[in-house]
Amino acid sequence: MQNKVPAVELRHITKRFGFKGIVANDDISLDIRRGEILALLGENGSGKTTLMNVLAGIYFPDEGQILIDGREVVISSPKDAFDLGIGMIHQHFKLVDVLTAAENIVLGIKGKLDLQGATEKINAICKQYGFEVDPKQKIYDMSVSQKQTVEIVKVLYRGADILILDEPTAVLTPQESDKLFNVLRNMRDDGKAIVIITHKMHEVESLSDRVAVLRGGHYIGDMVTAETNAQEMTNMMVGRAVSLNIDRPEPVNPRPRLEISDLTVRSEEGILKLDGVSFTANSGEILGIAGISGSGQKELLEAIAGLQPMERGKIEYIWDDGTRENLIGKDPRQIHDMGVTLSFVPEDRLGMGLVGNMDLSDNMMLRTFRRGKSVFTDRKTPHRVAENVVEELDVVTPNLATPVRRLSGGNVQKVLVGREITQAPSVLLTAYAVRGLDINSSYTIYDLINRQKAAGVAVVYVGEDLDVLVELCDRILVLCGGRVSGIVDGRTTDKRELGLMMTRIGGGSNE
Amino acid sequence: MNNAKEPLFHISKRGELPWYKGWLVRGCAVLLALIACAVVTMLVTGENPISIYATIWSGSFGSPRRAWVLFQNIAILLCVSLAVTPAFRMRFWNIGGEGQMLVGGLATTACMICLRDVLPNWGVILCMIVASIIAGAVWGGIPAFFKARWGTNETLFTLMMNYIATQLVAFFIIVWEVPKGAGKIGIINQQSEIGWLPVIAGQKYLLNILIVGAICLAMYVYLNFSKHGYEIAVVGESERTARYVGIKVDRVIVRTMLLSGGLCGVAGMLLVGGTDHTLTTTITAGRGFTAVMVSWLAKFNPIWMVLTSFLIVFLQRGAGEISTSFGLDQSFSDILTGIILFFIIGSEFFINYKINFRHAARKEA
Repeated sequence: MQNKVPAVELRHITKRFGFKGIVANDDISLDIRRGEILALLGENGSGKTTLMNVLAGIYFPDEGQILIDGREVVISSPKDAFDLGIGMIHQHFKLVDVLTAAENIVLGIKGKLDLQGATEKINAICKQYGFEVDPKQKIYDMSVSQKQTVEIVKVLYRGADILILDEPTAVLTPQESDKLFNVLRNMRDDGKAIVIITHKMHEVESLSDRVAVLRGGHYIGDMVTAETNAQEMTNMMVGRAVSLNIDRPEPVNPRPRLEISDLTVRSEEGILKLDGVSFTANSGEILGIAGISGSGQKELLEAIAGLQPMERGKIEYIWDDGTRENLIGKDPRQIHDMGVTLSFVPEDRLGMGLVGNMDLSDNMMLRTFRRGKSVFTDRKTPHRVAENVVEELDVVTPNLATPVRRLSGGNVQKVLVGREITQAPSVLLTAYAVRGLDINSSYTIYDLINRQKAAGVAVVYVGEDLDVLVELCDRILVLCGGRVSGIVDGRTTDKRELGLMMTRIGGGSNE
Repeated sequence: MNNAKEPLFHISKRGELPWYKGWLVRGCAVLLALIACAVVTMLVTGENPISIYATIWSGSFGSPRRAWVLFQNIAILLCVSLAVTPAFRMRFWNIGGEGQMLVGGLATTACMICLRDVLPNWGVILCMIVASIIAGAVWGGIPAFFKARWGTNETLFTLMMNYIATQLVAFFIIVWEVPKGAGKIGIINQQSEIGWLPVIAGQKYLLNILIVGAICLAMYVYLNFSKHGYEIAVVGESERTARYVGIKVDRVIVRTMLLSGGLCGVAGMLLVGGTDHTLTTTITAGRGFTAVMVSWLAKFNPIWMVLTSFLIVFLQRGAGEISTSFGLDQSFSDILTGIILFFIIGSEFFINYKINFRHAARKEA
């Protein structure tokens, strides 16, 4: 047993960025073994992704060595990493949109281009592991989870036996995650070495064999999963004791704020995305939206926000005095001009909610730059708002002039949520508000959402983590294939019931 | 047991480089370009390098007249560069500056010829300004409208509009040719000087230079501090984000291209009304394309564009001077210009990337 050489040994890896000498990885030593699933834990910005990028050949370490099967190697490009059997599935997909799945998978592989043969091999891999990929489908036609599947198949196709997955389940439904985990377990039993970066503790507990914890670029330690628990791991990550309970205060004086009836939306291709959806969102209440990804959550929120043309239906805003006003056919600006402050935290943060290349202040300005009659923009107020957001939400950033795309995923999300909440909304729409966020940040976000609820905001919370939905939301609307499968009370429902409703309208019988 | 070798060098992306270091790299590139030009010229002509540099210098500053011509050339190039910049910030690749300038010049010429007997001089000049702006704006607005409405490719569209403009100008040159059958217009209103922009302080080119200077400052303020400028930046970065905050993307695209085309039209007007007083199909001398480079090198910053346009005009005139004074073919100046541009554009690589050489002494554990 002792003679088993680790698949990968990272020794004293140090990686610095920029001129200011930010140390992303500080003297980190870590072993990755075959036949084992290693969970790499750490808060946003603790250096997990950087460390794995070093292994995958994206970054070259400033100091330290990498040993593969006991032999020192130099990984100076992703190709070197591939040649050593290291495959990484990134958080942000690296696919060419206009090519098909098969073309993306063979892209960059040397030798004669044999799409026919590749397609067969892809189908074989899919069959072996239970993936569903149409090799001829173009990437731009794919959902987020399909794209991820292509990424994983791509790595397997190239024969990787050391797999790194950077927050793979962030975009998957519980069912899809379970499927993925089964695949990963099979691969582990097959003798592959697997590293998974995740923030979801229950995944760490159910999947991994060993956990390694990073904090602030330092290596804190590793543990056998079976001998630890979520609380201990969280404390190690954060560096102090944290509470893992989500508050759910009673709604204060809930009144109907938004009434949606018979909302029907077709995509540009004519596919029915929402079919006769009706519900009411109350002030001072959190309405959860559950559903398998692609069940119409995106279209629902975008329709309310005025970004999605619809076929029929009504979206009515109800003022405090009971008068109703239709939001249909109004764009975000017209809704805003009505005096309705509608905040929206979209799923695709950098693609829709923020501008990646702009700095924090300029991103704060997005919502408010039109204010005032002057032809010039007011830069001072957004700057102050940015300062506040950074301070209150503990955004880790070198300074306010940093482009937001340079921040880590969790910090990007804090900037976005922070901005949307600063508007003092009457309706807050959030899509996967804590996706990719570490425990600490997630709880900050839950707390912020609860504070909005206490302030009388009607919150619509689209979530994927059923545990959180059940703990946080007052009511939960379950979508299934674009239709309302049911609306349940968050205090009395459970995960199992939601899961059933997600896959079948009404969730079957309850006997 | 260490048999792994670190590669001789590897390339990594740089973080944010302080601006002065960036310009240091660019400065080195210019220096290297001058050395390379001198070496090539030495090999071809056998002249000593000092006299070659002297020639380059005298091409631009050899006489007051040359200096004025240099600054006039910079002004026109800068004007077109400023014009295409708002579009570039919006990620709308307007490479139709050439055509937009030409139609601006055409409109100017039309005013000078058709209105000279109708309106007083100031009236003609006013019409020239308005007409050239409208002509350029229309030329820029057409591709923008198609892009906003049907998502056509703006690069191809603006490029093709150039050829239409050239043919249009060729047609009107025949209509207005003096004398008949000459195939060219010649100097317009040579006697009356109607429609010629006024000469101030005895310097023919000063007005152009001052106008472009004012445009440069205005553009800087517009792009960086106005709400329009902010909208342009947001649309350029992400159309979806722009829609999300309620910016009317179609309107911003068309509005910005009207501005871009209109300013190109002004450049054409300055060229015809201010300096050349004639119209040819090649009057723009490729500035519409050179402007793309000026704008990019300056990272779309109007103030830096003063420097980049100076650099390019200075080196081009130097190269031209070398080939004439050493009795070489015009193509030789093209070669030198090519060398210079190679170095300048190549320097951007060193600004964005860092080359790390193998650590000299690496201690093994």
